[in-house]
Amino acid sequence: MTNCAQGEAPRSAGDPAPILEAQHLSRTIDGKRVVDDVSFQIPEGSVVAIVGPSGAGKSSLLRLLNRLDEPTGGTVLLEGTDYRTLAPPDLRRKVGMVMQAPNLFTGSVADNIRFGPQQRGKELHLDSIEELLERVKLAGYAQRDISNLSVGEAQRVSLARTLANSPTVLLLDEPTSALDVDTRENVENLICDIITESRLTCLIVTHDPDQARRMAGQVIVLEAGRLARFGPTEEVLDA
Amino acid sequence: MLSQFFQEPRVLGLVQAAVTIVLSLAVILAARRWRIRLERETLIALARGLVQVVAVGSVLLILLQGPHWASVLVLAAMIVLAATIATRRAEGISGAFWVSLLGIGFGSGAVIAGMTWLGVIDAAPSSLIPVGSMLIANAMNSCSLAMDRFRSEIESHVGQIEAALSLGAEPKATVTRYVEAAVQASLIPRIDSLRSLGIVWIPGLMAGMILSGEDPVYAAIYQFVVIAMIFATAGITSISSTLLIRTRAFSAAQQLLLRPGYNDASG
Repeated sequence: MTNCAQGEAPRSAGDPAPILEAQHLSRTIDGKRVVDDVSFQIPEGSVVAIVGPSGAGKSSLLRLLNRLDEPTGGTVLLEGTDYRTLAPPDLRRKVGMVMQAPNLFTGSVADNIRFGPQQRGKELHLDSIEELLERVKLAGYAQRDISNLSVGEAQRVSLARTLANSPTVLLLDEPTSALDVDTRENVENLICDIITESRLTCLIVTHDPDQARRMAGQVIVLEAGRLARFGPTEEVLDA
Repeated sequence: MLSQFFQEPRVLGLVQAAVTIVLSLAVILAARRWRIRLERETLIALARGLVQVVAVGSVLLILLQGPHWASVLVLAAMIVLAATIATRRAEGISGAFWVSLLGIGFGSGAVIAGMTWLGVIDAAPSSLIPVGSMLIANAMNSCSLAMDRFRSEIESHVGQIEAALSLGAEPKATVTRYVEAAVQASLIPRIDSLRSLGIVWIPGLMAGMILSGEDPVYAAIYQFVVIAMIFATAGITSISSTLLIRTRAFSAAQQLLLRPGYNDASG
């Protein structure tokens, strides 16, 4: 069984400051609190699963973490800095996000991978693109048009596209939910390998507790927008 | 045939209007045969159209004999009304009225002022008001089409736009192709008008000029001038209103606001 969290550093009182900290995060839409006073700290290199029933606010919480949505209360500290003081493009490069659907841009795979660095005036060489594609097991796909990709391949391109920005935190919003069982396992293993190799801090939204067990060292359980439990995966899920 | 029985122009006009209303009612009745219900909307539109146009005709009668500044007031009022109507196509877009007002005002205002200054449009109210109203009406249509298309493009590409934002793109860069699509789509009717001018249709202004005894060649050239002015007005309006609405599509923190079900909770 894969576990991305195998290499995770244990937390102790002497741990350095968390890389990501949610402070009383809330978001209200039409009078309904979709995220309700959620606070947690994520140490560097952690893999944390966010689980909970449908409508619990998992994706809404994730979208607040890279400020795709605006909190109505609270804030997020990234490496100790209030993220509202960062320019949104800089924040989003540091806190990369892979969405449920690949949402690739029309053009080739290479065009998609180049997109992030291009936004800050950096042109990725073909060697770097090939290297990223090798990491997602798509070597030789650079010139392919995205219309010729399977859903699983498209999701891996989406992951490579986010990694091209060299994020310090990776947010994954149910990245395998649209895939069939075999492809899901492949993509899941691939994500685990990349997270472990790069020691990336990662938050993954999943509705599947087994996936949380396989991938995460810690789990946040959300219920009706509120943080119900947060702790080591086995402890929380077996409680 | 009707003119044989009715010599007085206004009476003749009302009789002609009555005939066309009967024709429209026949279309409504025919549509019922295929269970297509047009009654309510069409009847209201017909009644409203008749009242509005007769009211405008009566006002024009007074204005055409009035001072030049009165035409400016009339055109300004038309721009405000056009913006109000165009805003209906932009439901859910905050500040849509101001976007429409600025877009239509800038597009039609620039062309009317420039062309009047150059003498292409006669400054006399009898010319300025009808030609100006044509430009404003077309600016309104272009503004509506551009805003409607821009919104639907954004709403159907929310995933790609948010993916681009998540990769560190500036909002402007994420919607460039949708701005282009909206402007192009809003100008299709204007480009088609230019293409089909004189072949598929003889526009109202030219027909009116010929009917009133003007040289048909001059009437045709002037019609082209008007259609070209309409295109210029539509182009300026589409571009300016789409660029303005683009700024409304995102929050100050570069979040996409223009998406289905979104409520800017931050107020």
